[in-house]
Amino acid sequence: MRKIAIYGKGGIGKSTTTQNTVAGLAEMGKKVMVVGCDPKADSTRLLLHGLAQKTVLDTLRDEGEDVDLDDVMKTGFSNTSCVESGGPEPGVGCAGRGIITSINLLEQLGAYDDDKHLDYVFYDVLGDVVCGGFAMPIRDGKAQEVYIVCSGEMMAMYAANNICKSISKFGKVGTVRLGGLICNSRKVDNESNMIQEFAKKLGTQMIHFVPRDNMVQHAEINRKTVIDHAPEHNQANEYRALAKKINDNDMFVIPTPLPMQDLEDLLVSFGIMN
Amino acid sequence: MEKDNITPLANFKDEVLEIYPKKVGKKRAKSIVYTDPESIPEIQANVRTIPGIITQRGCTYAGCKGVVLGPTRDIVNITHGPIGCAFYSWLTRRNQTRVDDYNTNYIPYAFSTDMQDSNIVFGGEEKLKEAIREAYELFHPRAIAIFSTCPVGLIGDDVHRVARHMMEELGGDVNIFGFSCEGYRGVSQSAGHHIANNQLFKHLIGRDDTVKGSLKYRINVLGEYNIGGDAFAIETLLEKCGIELVATFSGNSSLDQFQTAHTADLNLVMCHRSINYVAEMLETAFGIPWMKANFIGAEATAKTLRKVGKYFQEQELIDRIEEVIEEEMKLVREAADQALMKTKGKTAMLFVGGSRAHHYQELFTELGMTTLAAGYEFGHRDDYEGRVVIPNIVIDADSRNIEQITITKDETRYNPRKTEEELKALEAEGLEFNGYEGMMAEMQKGTLVIDDLSHYEMEKLIEQFHPDVFCAGIKEKFCVQKMGIPLKQLHNYDYGGPYAAFEGAINFYRDIEQIACCTIWKEIKAPWEKEKVVEANYAYYDV
Repeated sequence: MRKIAIYGKGGIGKSTTTQNTVAGLAEMGKKVMVVGCDPKADSTRLLLHGLAQKTVLDTLRDEGEDVDLDDVMKTGFSNTSCVESGGPEPGVGCAGRGIITSINLLEQLGAYDDDKHLDYVFYDVLGDVVCGGFAMPIRDGKAQEVYIVCSGEMMAMYAANNICKSISKFGKVGTVRLGGLICNSRKVDNESNMIQEFAKKLGTQMIHFVPRDNMVQHAEINRKTVIDHAPEHNQANEYRALAKKINDNDMFVIPTPLPMQDLEDLLVSFGIMN
Repeated sequence: MEKDNITPLANFKDEVLEIYPKKVGKKRAKSIVYTDPESIPEIQANVRTIPGIITQRGCTYAGCKGVVLGPTRDIVNITHGPIGCAFYSWLTRRNQTRVDDYNTNYIPYAFSTDMQDSNIVFGGEEKLKEAIREAYELFHPRAIAIFSTCPVGLIGDDVHRVARHMMEELGGDVNIFGFSCEGYRGVSQSAGHHIANNQLFKHLIGRDDTVKGSLKYRINVLGEYNIGGDAFAIETLLEKCGIELVATFSGNSSLDQFQTAHTADLNLVMCHRSINYVAEMLETAFGIPWMKANFIGAEATAKTLRKVGKYFQEQELIDRIEEVIEEEMKLVREAADQALMKTKGKTAMLFVGGSRAHHYQELFTELGMTTLAAGYEFGHRDDYEGRVVIPNIVIDADSRNIEQITITKDETRYNPRKTEEELKALEAEGLEFNGYEGMMAEMQKGTLVIDDLSHYEMEKLIEQFHPDVFCAGIKEKFCVQKMGIPLKQLHNYDYGGPYAAFEGAINFYRDIEQIACCTIWKEIKAPWEKEKVVEANYAYYDV
């Protein structure tokens, strides 16, 4: 079983990319579980076709200690297992602690046990690694591989660099490694080259460049992944390609985050070159 | 000739610092000084404890709830936090209380919201509201206080908003207020005292103008927590002198006492560290002057009473006070003579509190004992060096973390009890207002003063100087006693007390005579430690 965490700046397209990639892996015949680690609980919407799902934390709150795996795990597109961690409403409580509680509960309930025959577990994590709770998926061997979704926009690269800092911190004492950057294009000038250079400086790779296409939006409106909604469309093939690259990936590193000045220089040189 | 106990202390500082890493040694060096009453040295205090050093200190929540608000009988004190913090929700300090006509006494109860994982994740405000409703339905208290523990601050529960909300919901007859006294707010419990002082003033003091009590001379005693009945002893003594004790902050106190405290004409400050803020606020807002006082030690008690007599400038009171002193001192002298036969020449060390390590030196002096070393857990520089250094104390980031409230003259009720000329005249007669000279001014030259004593330093002190009694708290008690030195707890007095006023002095003489002069401590080595060790190997057989 490969355990993968997807991180990246808020709004960069982590959930969309994760679910489309998972759809690609599922299509290849892989058994995949997706654990949404965002209090908004919208990380499995496309796989479940919008099915409103009761989150782990809501269930824990309502049922007390008597929780079954079936209460929190739903089956989505192509036999994927979907779980939402959930969390408090904005501005209340501690979402980070919620993720810790939720992942611990899933482990106790046997969500990862051998009899589930999982090939992949994907953690789709909210935004930046703002506190210890959001680092939970990359701590203690919960996830071994991290992919960072980014674009050529400055703030997305800042966020990616910050996430690399926490991976290198936990990587030194644990098993977590960076598998690569996924460039989710925002049609920034020179984007692919810049992210490839950025990846190289971090000691990793740009595993795939996902072009921008409106079909993603169409599929989302229909509460589906592109592979599900328009299997023949080129964008579906892009996600299939990403899924295959991840499946075949063997480059796992402890990244070397860039000093702020180097990151800015990179942005300037690629921005001005055009 | 008397044995010289002081000179051997001279090398201690250099020796004890030797083992520390360079940076730690440098920092600790500033907290270890030799006193000189002629030229008071500067000491480092109220700074962060060094990680890895075993400290005596407690947390901000403990200072706020456990120390300042804990002794009040008729406020329901709810600890908002996990159940472990509720240790301080209960009477852990032996602060005694009388009950009022309605039999109201919540001190034996422990109120806690018992936060669970899900309250952390989803926020604890609802559970807090439920707890307040439940407490209100069960007890119908006149006041409910909410105390924030660490996780409350981390997840951002707003206890003040909850307090306002619940006051509206439950109607006007219950006063509800919160304390942002999360454990990590300050470097020690001292921050909690300050936070408690602020809220006492904002939510309780001055809410009732009724002048209660029948005696003419009206005073408050601040920073007296009625451990083992100290405040009872002080109250009895004051009554005997014809002095009305309006409010004690906060031993044996009640809501009414806090609310009418501004009707007193003088504030006496016992524990300067924990309550000087309230003293200052009462002066600024209502014009009540304050004087540092000490009821620990017979001489100190007599001195304090005479100060009060002088302040009120009434011959009738002054004469009464002298009568009482004479009467009480007779018994005190008898007890002292009895104890002195055994205690004279013995030695003590005191590492406790923010004023106790100072005040109790008086009693040891009366017992003919030498204080070799002393220090506070959570004192500030002014508690060591005197209030004169306050303008020179550097305000660091940790102190800025505590709310500073600005107090102005109360528009209708500000009434200076003495004019400036009167105060000046009294000062000329030897009274000191708004002042505290600190611990070091009264200590013998060459004795050791150590702030925030570490466990290692404590062990070294004991190994090298074998004091006859060591005064500290429960955390140190058994470590010290296992080293063969009796430890007297000055937070809770073990099972003893009261030690305040004349009556208390007599109790202390007797207790210290028993503790410090007991030969049992020489027998502390277990028999097998004295015998030769027989060494052998285990033999294993197959059955």
